[in-house]
Amino acid sequence: MIQVNQVNKTFQLGDQPVHALNNIQLKISPGEYLSIMGPSGSGKSTLLNMLGLLDIPDDGEYWLQGCDGLALDTVPMDEEVRARYRRDHIGFVFQSYHLIPRLTAAENIELPLVLAGIPPDERKERLQPIIQRLGLEQRAGHLPNQLSGGQRQRVAIGRATIMRPKLLLADEPTGNLDSHSGAEVIELLEELNNDGITLIIVTHDMDLGDRAKRKIRMVDGEIVLDKSREQEPS
Amino acid sequence: MRLQDQLLFNLRSLSRQRFRTLMQLIAMAIGVFSVVLLTGLGEGGRQFVMAEFSVLGKDILIILPGRKETSGGMPPLTGGTRDITLQDAQALSRLRNVDGIAPLVVGKAEVNFSGRSKESLIIGANPEFFIMRHLRIQQGQGLLQIEIDQARPVCVIGPELKKELFAAQPALGKWLKMAGSRCRIVGILANSGTGLGFDMNNALIIPVASSMQLFDTQGLFRVMIDVHSLAGMNKLSKEVERVMQERHEGELDVTVITPASLLSAFDDILAVLTVAISAIGGISLFVAGVLIMNMTLISVSQRTAEIGLLKALGASSRQVRILFVSEALILCLAGAVLGILSAEVLLWLARQQFSDLLFIAPWWASALALIVALTCGLVFAWLPARRAANLPPVEALR
Repeated sequence: MIQVNQVNKTFQLGDQPVHALNNIQLKISPGEYLSIMGPSGSGKSTLLNMLGLLDIPDDGEYWLQGCDGLALDTVPMDEEVRARYRRDHIGFVFQSYHLIPRLTAAENIELPLVLAGIPPDERKERLQPIIQRLGLEQRAGHLPNQLSGGQRQRVAIGRATIMRPKLLLADEPTGNLDSHSGAEVIELLEELNNDGITLIIVTHDMDLGDRAKRKIRMVDGEIVLDKSREQEPS
Repeated sequence: MRLQDQLLFNLRSLSRQRFRTLMQLIAMAIGVFSVVLLTGLGEGGRQFVMAEFSVLGKDILIILPGRKETSGGMPPLTGGTRDITLQDAQALSRLRNVDGIAPLVVGKAEVNFSGRSKESLIIGANPEFFIMRHLRIQQGQGLLQIEIDQARPVCVIGPELKKELFAAQPALGKWLKMAGSRCRIVGILANSGTGLGFDMNNALIIPVASSMQLFDTQGLFRVMIDVHSLAGMNKLSKEVERVMQERHEGELDVTVITPASLLSAFDDILAVLTVAISAIGGISLFVAGVLIMNMTLISVSQRTAEIGLLKALGASSRQVRILFVSEALILCLAGAVLGILSAEVLLWLARQQFSDLLFIAPWWASALALIVALTCGLVFAWLPARRAANLPPVEALR
């Protein structure tokens, strides 16, 4: 589903060039559950943004399989085409939720459908089961500032999945949550993975990272460890 | 994105930031308001002046002593301008295409009646003057047709002057005193308002020869000629100049003007004035536009994260641009409509207050203000919106 070849990304931090991604080589199959860990500044968020088409590598190839099953190199793509790819294939969950404060929980979840120009009847049809699944029936009409952190992150997950993407990217999804709501959010994400979505989580949290079936460790822009649970001697 | 959803998104965003929305709305409304109001007032003033001038018919020539020319030469050292005399006027009345001629003398004098006195406008004229100025008599009669060089102790007075001197008493046939001479009231004018600066309601009209005795002058203030047909206007104007030049020993020292030329000159001046006033309004509109730009800039930078999010969710740059520009346009349109409405209300109140001034904003002013407002909104929202839309999503989200 994902094939990353020889990808490099360099930032200019002051007058010091930082090699955020150094010759990254990565292959991810549909339905995988992946965690990316590593110290601050190791390039794990940059990798996630690159995988989510929010950022463009300096060189290399990034092949991503579209809904027609055809894999395309996204690096030379036009920004408008990338936007459509993000809309149709990729869901994001951020550490700080990034909900729009003036919209209710339901409206925030619905937003990708609105941006995609889907008529209201169909939006309602698709919205209802998701709200139920998230357990937000009582909270659907509330504004984000009336919700708890866990509820907000669940709204964000609803928004990330309503377009039924193949790839779900989560950047420190439990970073702002207490352990109880954090566990709830992780359970939800894992449930989605069980349903077939490819899940990639960036995290500092060792326990959380260990739950993933495949663990990637990054240091200084390089993948230093890439092991799957299946390969582990148990 | 569907249009309804987009509008809903805009309205949510506007109603969420009430203070910012209100400020922008007021700024735009004031800009448009000043354009419409100022042009309305300017137009009202212009219409008023034009109405003043149109008291005179179009088919009238006016001759005044002196030549208004900016030839740049030294003014004549001796004598100055020569008077236009009654004999000149008589000579002019014999020209072809002349229906009537009204020699005028104008001055001020104190008018007395049994203890009451009033400084009033004295006009020396003849019956033709009444015709040319469309003066109507409410009581008695006008000046009698007499030889133009004969003095008679009679007068016609304006209704205001009659009220001042006589209150409700009958005035017809009474004798007035002024500057050592006397005259009998033979007629009272109907209310006719002002025209060309003469307040006819407060005037006292006497035969032109009497007024020349009164003010001890040989020269006429004006000669008005009633022209038979408009077609011969220019030809007659040349004829008049020729006759006057002949009579004044080869020197052309009178000016002949037509109300049409006077009117168009004034119209030009007033039109420039209206444009200048509108320009002032336009500047305030521009200021409003800049304010909108600043507000949009602030709004865009405050909402950078939201833009990043929209792009992460798959909104194209075009969609983001459209969202921000349409928000600004909605705001500008609402502000402009508010401004036009409040200006119209104020102009309506002004019309109620000053019934003889017709304050109406010309339609082009409102249309122009609306267009400028929308263009300002469009351009000034477009620039920051484009910048925002072109941000890489990862930077906008940070």
